[in-house]
Amino acid sequence: MTLASRVIPCLDIKDGRVVKGVRFQGLRDAGDPVECAGLYERQGADEIVLLDVSATPEGRGHALETVRAVRSELSIPLSVGGGVKSPDDAGRLLEAGADKVGVNTAAVSRPGLIGEIAERFGTQCTVLAVDAAAGEAGWEVVVESGKTRTGLDVVEWCRKAVAIGAGEILLTSWDRDGTRSGYDLDLIASVSSVVTVPVIASGGADRPGHLVAAIEAGASAALIASILHDGDTTVGELKAALREAGIVVRP
Amino acid sequence: MRLVTIVPTGTANTASVVAALTRLGAAVEEAASAGDVETSPGVVLPGVGAFGSAMDRIDSLGLAAAIRERIESNRPTLAVCVGMQLLSRDSEESPGATGLKVLEETVGRFGDGVTVPQMGWNRVKPGSGSRFVESGWAYFANSYRIDRLPEGWVGSSTDHGGEFVAALEKGDVLACQFHPELSGEWGARLLDRWLQTVEAA
Repeated sequence: MTLASRVIPCLDIKDGRVVKGVRFQGLRDAGDPVECAGLYERQGADEIVLLDVSATPEGRGHALETVRAVRSELSIPLSVGGGVKSPDDAGRLLEAGADKVGVNTAAVSRPGLIGEIAERFGTQCTVLAVDAAAGEAGWEVVVESGKTRTGLDVVEWCRKAVAIGAGEILLTSWDRDGTRSGYDLDLIASVSSVVTVPVIASGGADRPGHLVAAIEAGASAALIASILHDGDTTVGELKAALREAGIVVRP
Repeated sequence: MRLVTIVPTGTANTASVVAALTRLGAAVEEAASAGDVETSPGVVLPGVGAFGSAMDRIDSLGLAAAIRERIESNRPTLAVCVGMQLLSRDSEESPGATGLKVLEETVGRFGDGVTVPQMGWNRVKPGSGSRFVESGWAYFANSYRIDRLPEGWVGSSTDHGGEFVAALEKGDVLACQFHPELSGEWGARLLDRWLQTVEAA
């Protein structure tokens, strides 16, 4: 089997700009989305994730423009999430040039949304984004940038979402997001052991070793943001480290 | 002239295919009638949605015969992902639905023990005598595949829990299970080789 493990830069987008915070707060400017996406593609990125973190309808309008602009330049897959509440929202993002669409908060309120998007656009287009906060026993799904706890168990939620139609899980550790303290490996292992769809590890990457550990824990892909935006490393360096650890990556 | 006509197989995105072809200098139009499919120098059958709903769409637009005719006469036609699967007889994805029947094969689901959907980059081994496919890495996003090489076609292969058909070619017809439009520079070179046949048509 030669399916390569993926390294996926994530661009949080607000009002047409790339931003980055810590635990979703204190957002700072990190550049132009088209330039960032192009730079990471040239470095060897396997895919780009755009997360629209705008809070307003005006911001959402900007996001569609951003998707169009990035798509016209990008020749690798583009996955887009943030604020998707209906199959029509998903359709607009796909029409603008997304290849996959992520649902998060709205799917927690109404799980049927996952099935509706999968039925209309296909399972391979339907990504469940989950923000997980560690609790005393396991992890709890949090929404609205971590402000609201839902009482939902993360592993159960992922299992259910896949049964309804999710074709990929973008699994973010809320506790680790932007902290550069390493991925939550127990979380990755717990979710990837109960689903057959790919799991993307997200939240906490700092060193190449963190990516290696995430893949070894069961992730199909590792999401990275802060370490790239800060210019501390490149996708190429990270993939070289994965290859050295015996993990198959696309050259 | 690189004029390409896209068959509207569904509501999902064709934006990536259009963007990739446009970057390579193609003018892209959407097929409105069977006449467009018959006369265009190049036709693309894109890969979106499910087998049954894509086939329904083609039937309701009355395009099936025109697409079949192009393929049988080896004219420049590019089928991508589900678009390639539509060439077959039927698919486990949509029991009861009938495909374009250019191929005798049935499209089956990947077996147990591998990640499904296959989502990501995998190695493509070109078939002997391939004009379009070079050795390299392609981006796949599929749960179903053809696992037997149809007679009369040059087939390239990929392994995901066993070998399956990654691409088929015959004359100026190219069918890809992967997404060339999302396969970076490798995919762009492949599309460019196919567009050269459109230009020569």
